[in-house]
Amino acid sequence: MDYLQYLRKDKMPHIWCDGCGHGIILKSILRTIDTLGWEKDNIALISGIGCSGRTPGYVDFNTLHTTHGRAIAFATGLKLANPKLHVIVVTGDGDATAIGGNHFIHAARRNLDINVIVFNNRIYGMTGGQCSPTTPTLKKSTTTPYGNPDSAFDISRLAEAAGASYVARTTTFHVAKMDQYIKACFLKKGFSVVEAYSNCPTSYGKMNKETGRRGVDMLLYQKDNMVPIEKAKDMSDEELQGKLVTGVFVDRNIPDYTENYSIVKQNSKK
Amino acid sequence: MKKKKFKVVVKQEWCKSCEICVQICPKKVFVMDHFYSSVRDSNDCIGCLQCEKLCPDFAITVTPIETNDNE
Repeated sequence: MDYLQYLRKDKMPHIWCDGCGHGIILKSILRTIDTLGWEKDNIALISGIGCSGRTPGYVDFNTLHTTHGRAIAFATGLKLANPKLHVIVVTGDGDATAIGGNHFIHAARRNLDINVIVFNNRIYGMTGGQCSPTTPTLKKSTTTPYGNPDSAFDISRLAEAAGASYVARTTTFHVAKMDQYIKACFLKKGFSVVEAYSNCPTSYGKMNKETGRRGVDMLLYQKDNMVPIEKAKDMSDEELQGKLVTGVFVDRNIPDYTENYSIVKQNSKK
Repeated sequence: MKKKKFKVVVKQEWCKSCEICVQICPKKVFVMDHFYSSVRDSNDCIGCLQCEKLCPDFAITVTPIETNDNE
């Protein structure tokens, strides 16, 4: 397929570092949009701040680059104002769970019909590699040079518990699965999340030698350490240490916000 | 069965030399030419599209070549 038809060619090449996985996730989103045959004018792509926040600058849809962590808040307004729009939110791990953590869980609770793609590189890449809520325990970052004492957020389980309709997780190496999950996410009515483990060679790889220093080493590390969720159910916590559990966490049909809101509107007229 | 052929193009202006294509390609179609990735031999390409999908910089395109059956 031709990716260039969806890109703003004057803004390319993008600013992401060499070996960064964000470009792979963006490609997967564009491929899925191409397969579904959506019109460019019917899509709204919204982002917050961070490396993932650069995404709307490169694509030729209706785009919004909003304040830090508030991408889902803006998307809520957009979806309610124009329910026909396909609203896609791209957000980073810090953007979704630290600064915008409340927006994320409450949008999941309301089950608003938006699609959220979380670019999880497990570090604040753009600002210099600070520790984020998803940095794994005892891994290093520039603010925790001797290891991170906190435990990490599990974004997929968080969204599942908060009431999302569809939650799946994949890595940037497993592109075929990513295409499949993003397609299911886009077609799902209700709050749907795809968490994609991205690789940040510049900030995360530099500090944590076991994942490899370069983007390609980090991709191969993802390949070697991926565990499907079906297999992970039979494994103990010690065995799962450092592994990347991927798969579909939840896929359920529950009434979404717009459906419930139309019932409320009808009730008010009685 | 005749072998399918593919045309592999690297847009070097967009390449950031991350070497993902060089290491991922099962047929070693890519080599590093000074700073950028370049195509060694397109004839070896089997069209798995791993390089196109995993290139983060939109620099690689793989297109099947239409071949004449009479050839």
